[in-house]
Amino acid sequence: MNVSFRLNGEDVTATDVSPTTTLLDWLRETRGLTGTKEGCNEGDCGACSVIVTDDSGARPLNACILFLPQLHGKAIRTVEGISAPDGTLHPVQQAMIDHHGSQCGFCTPGFITTMAANHLNGRTDHDTALAGNLCRCTGYAPIIRAAQAAQDAPVPDHMHDTPLLLAKNIPGEPQAGAEPPSHPTTLDAFADWYAAHPDTTLIAGATDVGLWVTKQMRNLGQTAFLTHVDGLRGVTVGDDTITIGAMTTLSDLHPVMAEHHPAFAELIRRYGSAQVRNAATIGGNVANGSPIGDGPPALIALDATLHLRCGSDTRSLPIADFFIDYGKQDRQKGEFLTHITLLRGADHLRCYKLSKRFDQDISAVCGCFWIEVADGTVKTARLAFGGMAATPKRAHKAEAALTGQPWSHDTVRDAMAALTQDFTPLSDMRASAAYRMEAAQNMLLRAWSEDQGAPTSVLEVRA
Amino acid sequence: MSVAQPLPHDAARLHVTGAARYVDDIPTPRGTLHLAFGTSPAAAGTLTALDLDAVRESPGVVAVMTAADLPFDNDVSPSNHDEPLLATDAVHYLGQPLFLVVATSHGAARRAARLGRATIEKSTPILTIAQAEAADSRFEDGPRVYARGDVDAGFADAPHRLSGVMEIGGQEHFYLEGQAALALPGDNGDMHVHSSTQHPSEIQHKVAEAIGQHMHAVRVETRRMGGGFGGKESQGNALAVACAIAARATGRPCKMRYDRDDDMIITGKRHDFRITYDVAYDDAGRILALDVRHDTRCGWAMDLSLPVADRAMLHADNAYHLPAVRITSHRWKTNHQSATAFRGFGGPQGMLGMERIVDHVAHALRADPTAVRRANFYASGGDISGQKIQTTPYGQEVDDFIGHEMLARLEETADYAARRAAVDEWNARGGVIRKGLALTPVKFGISFTLTHLNQAGALVHVYADGSIHLNHGGTEMGQGLFQKVAQVAASRFGVPMEAVRITATDTAKVPNTSATAASSGSDLNGMAVRNACDTIRERIELHLAQLHQCRPADVVFKNGRVTAGGADYSFAEVAALAHQARISLSSTGFYKTPEISWDRIKGHGRPFFYFAYGVAAVEVAVDTLTGENRMLRADILHDAGASLNPALDIGQVEGGFIQGAGWLTTEELVWNDKGALRTHAPSTYKIPACGDRPEVFNVALWDGENRADTIYKSKAVGEPPLMLGIATLMALSDAVASCGEAYPDLHAPATAEQVLAAIHRARGA
Repeated sequence: MNVSFRLNGEDVTATDVSPTTTLLDWLRETRGLTGTKEGCNEGDCGACSVIVTDDSGARPLNACILFLPQLHGKAIRTVEGISAPDGTLHPVQQAMIDHHGSQCGFCTPGFITTMAANHLNGRTDHDTALAGNLCRCTGYAPIIRAAQAAQDAPVPDHMHDTPLLLAKNIPGEPQAGAEPPSHPTTLDAFADWYAAHPDTTLIAGATDVGLWVTKQMRNLGQTAFLTHVDGLRGVTVGDDTITIGAMTTLSDLHPVMAEHHPAFAELIRRYGSAQVRNAATIGGNVANGSPIGDGPPALIALDATLHLRCGSDTRSLPIADFFIDYGKQDRQKGEFLTHITLLRGADHLRCYKLSKRFDQDISAVCGCFWIEVADGTVKTARLAFGGMAATPKRAHKAEAALTGQPWSHDTVRDAMAALTQDFTPLSDMRASAAYRMEAAQNMLLRAWSEDQGAPTSVLEVRA
Repeated sequence: MSVAQPLPHDAARLHVTGAARYVDDIPTPRGTLHLAFGTSPAAAGTLTALDLDAVRESPGVVAVMTAADLPFDNDVSPSNHDEPLLATDAVHYLGQPLFLVVATSHGAARRAARLGRATIEKSTPILTIAQAEAADSRFEDGPRVYARGDVDAGFADAPHRLSGVMEIGGQEHFYLEGQAALALPGDNGDMHVHSSTQHPSEIQHKVAEAIGQHMHAVRVETRRMGGGFGGKESQGNALAVACAIAARATGRPCKMRYDRDDDMIITGKRHDFRITYDVAYDDAGRILALDVRHDTRCGWAMDLSLPVADRAMLHADNAYHLPAVRITSHRWKTNHQSATAFRGFGGPQGMLGMERIVDHVAHALRADPTAVRRANFYASGGDISGQKIQTTPYGQEVDDFIGHEMLARLEETADYAARRAAVDEWNARGGVIRKGLALTPVKFGISFTLTHLNQAGALVHVYADGSIHLNHGGTEMGQGLFQKVAQVAASRFGVPMEAVRITATDTAKVPNTSATAASSGSDLNGMAVRNACDTIRERIELHLAQLHQCRPADVVFKNGRVTAGGADYSFAEVAALAHQARISLSSTGFYKTPEISWDRIKGHGRPFFYFAYGVAAVEVAVDTLTGENRMLRADILHDAGASLNPALDIGQVEGGFIQGAGWLTTEELVWNDKGALRTHAPSTYKIPACGDRPEVFNVALWDGENRADTIYKSKAVGEPPLMLGIATLMALSDAVASCGEAYPDLHAPATAEQVLAAIHRARGA
């Protein structure tokens, strides 16, 4: 297929490319732009970070797990395009030199692009915004000093990219025949096409599917990219419901959750990295069905409703019912997730993510609890866990031990004991079964301890 | 003078613009081929059949090679000739290269490599220390033992005694640039290799053997690495050799780079250790006798394990005088990746063992660990109050000890006493979150313990326009060596830095080099470059002295000018003048470290030219419900002597500390019971991220100079700061200890899971 976008200010078309060509390979091998580095080829190190601009703004993304069709109509800026055309260094580049922010220099292009994107967007939460860029040499301190030093400098003019085309103007409607749609845009047409071609691999943000290609070397067969399909992306906050399009990225979900469910927002802050959250979609996170995704436990605790579509047929179901078994979800052939709805109301959500590293790590255990207490008594308890079973799953026995009982240490102890009947976790490289169980139990204790007022997170204490 | 200036890294501008080229960025000639290994799916056994039909038929494959196809020596070991490039019959670890795919693209080679079918008659792999001991599967005939004093008598007379065991995990280097090499075949059998290596001469040596040539036919070039940390001292051999063999076979340039997962599965890591100790001490915590045993898993091949394990023994004292001590070291041969060099080279493990022992003693006495540390310190160098200078367990005099002074300074600048009280008060209130504080010292020996490696060469040309071409045997892996050495050259000629051109390490320019390792880069190469520069300078001085009737010593090189007997030239004018006078403006330079001698079998001598010192104070918080933990504050004072470049040195200290802290906290290597590494990508192996550095992070350099006669009285700084990270683990131990009465026995890495287990131990549960 052909893919057109703007690259460092120049309009380019990649012709006759395989749909699973990654941007990184294309930049390095076809364009000879070797400034963008491959550090891990799985979106975990940030050495391949580039800035991608579409009609929702400019964001850093990992080029190693971005397929070219995802970029159709957008604008890309690589490290080679960060300095001004006359060679004047960008403020973050100059600051990185001044503050000794590079040693071996291999992670540096990725840092520079991410920092330049943050600078463009006025982001100053550097630790969070740079959590997706690993550096093995500096210990990060000089990089953060550089980011701080540059943050108030004016944005150079050349950094303001405009996408090649607005998404809705992109041609490429699904065709009637067997040919896959290059860049589908209309939801109805796409739904019909997919119903007729249900073996197609649907690609949303590609933060997981990307690894099927780069690491498992899988041939994905027929693919369809949802990037440009109308009406799948964005969040609508209504009077009674919050509607989240399946193609909404975690980054776009964050500010809405910060307002309505801050605990979910904090969980999202630690979900992957900025680059991953800029690509990963909540729909992909759910439909993927992973037992260790962080979105599902929170959405289960929120009692979210999933909306699926097959052709012109639609149906809805509670998210907890969607996860049937490991690798098996309640999704029919030709059916896809269109949106997720939450009821608006008072917030009783708490989310606890346990991982070896705080940032950009997959959870060993993720516990999300909706605990409503009225007059000292637990009125409703929905306790959802990731990492404890073959699917994201509710802890019904522990919920029963809480519901209708006083919100007390004793009750929590009962619920902790009951949790052993809900789950039989596994041991793996992230944690042992025994530790998973104990930590999951103690998350309930943490929920109760939080209400007692003392600090309960190492992230909130200072020296 | 350029020396001592805080100049940025020489390639900083190239780094930030993406213009710095690494091996995989070098433009390749048309027709360049790409390589990938097919690897063993089993950890131990005999390879009985290899079905490669599907590999050969895979798109883009040009050739597939097995051990039988190798024309000359099938070995990539740096030490013991025990590492076949491709397995012959025995399979030694899961991930061992079995065959080599040569294809038209990196992707084609990787895809094809997955299609090989190996038939392996499996045997039971030796994975644990216990299994290795039961099978007596070891390197060397028996354990090495270094001892001094009467250990048994020390125990007999001692008022207190305790014992313990500590497990210390290994560490993946996680250099951001994976291993890579590119071989360009020349005529007459020549081979030009670009390699991401800390040891170009070793690459040259192994490539020459593998293609049946003498070393003179092989030229190895290394401009820069995207990180090394010891992981590119020997682990790049396989790629360079594979490229050269394939280039020889096909007549085409060949490139190989490991995908990250392959890199982690194939290459060696830091040695893991078990430290078992029995210690006798007095009421003040002074150690009277110590019997310590090191068990280390070396993996399948010897590689550099002997000197690594030796160095662990040489740092089993850390900064403490041990009157009676026995150090026993077992080097176990197991079916894992062959453990290799990693920043500190065994020193960190030996040192951590000692810090653990001191921490345990302090806990048993309910004493402040800092007081116990001070009580055991070596006497200050130069002020030994009439005592004989104290010696290490291996007999080296500790005549430069500055631990007391540095500790006192850091206690003051880090406000240690008040914070100690505040932490204790916080913990006394109970609660879910506990805090911990620890202050630990570093004393690290500088020199290769293999004495002959302590040499370096340089090549300096002054061109007729006054520009200077600088070359030496050291490699640049991010540490700033090239800039520091360029500062030396610029200082010798009194010219601005712009006059000095830093060039890629090249075996055709400087031969027979040692690895850039053991923190020795600037010590050795700085001196060699100084000697080369001074040779040229002396020739110029002599000429100008004759010309202007002054003494050579009165010729002054300063600020880009040269003055002699009232004459005043630019450096360029002097270069042209000398050229016209037919004076050679090119010189090699050579340096060998003086005064060192070492017998590694007896365990006695002076292996180190001097010691580098540091102290770190770290405060942590621990969640007693989950074991989650993080650093809150770190204060560091580090001794780089009279720093050649304080900005680069502070960079080494900050980065080394975080890397050390990562080793001891989140960086966990997990193998399953089949010997498969389960943490083979950054998704599962967690090096520190940005937010893991302490929010308060104060780093300063000690303001003394090296007593030893080193380049401008500076000290080596590459490895020592890594061991400052030990303070983090000890602070975690301190926090956990507040949860109960028992000693926490905290093992490394202190993952959240490990910390929670230690909390249970502290509580006696």
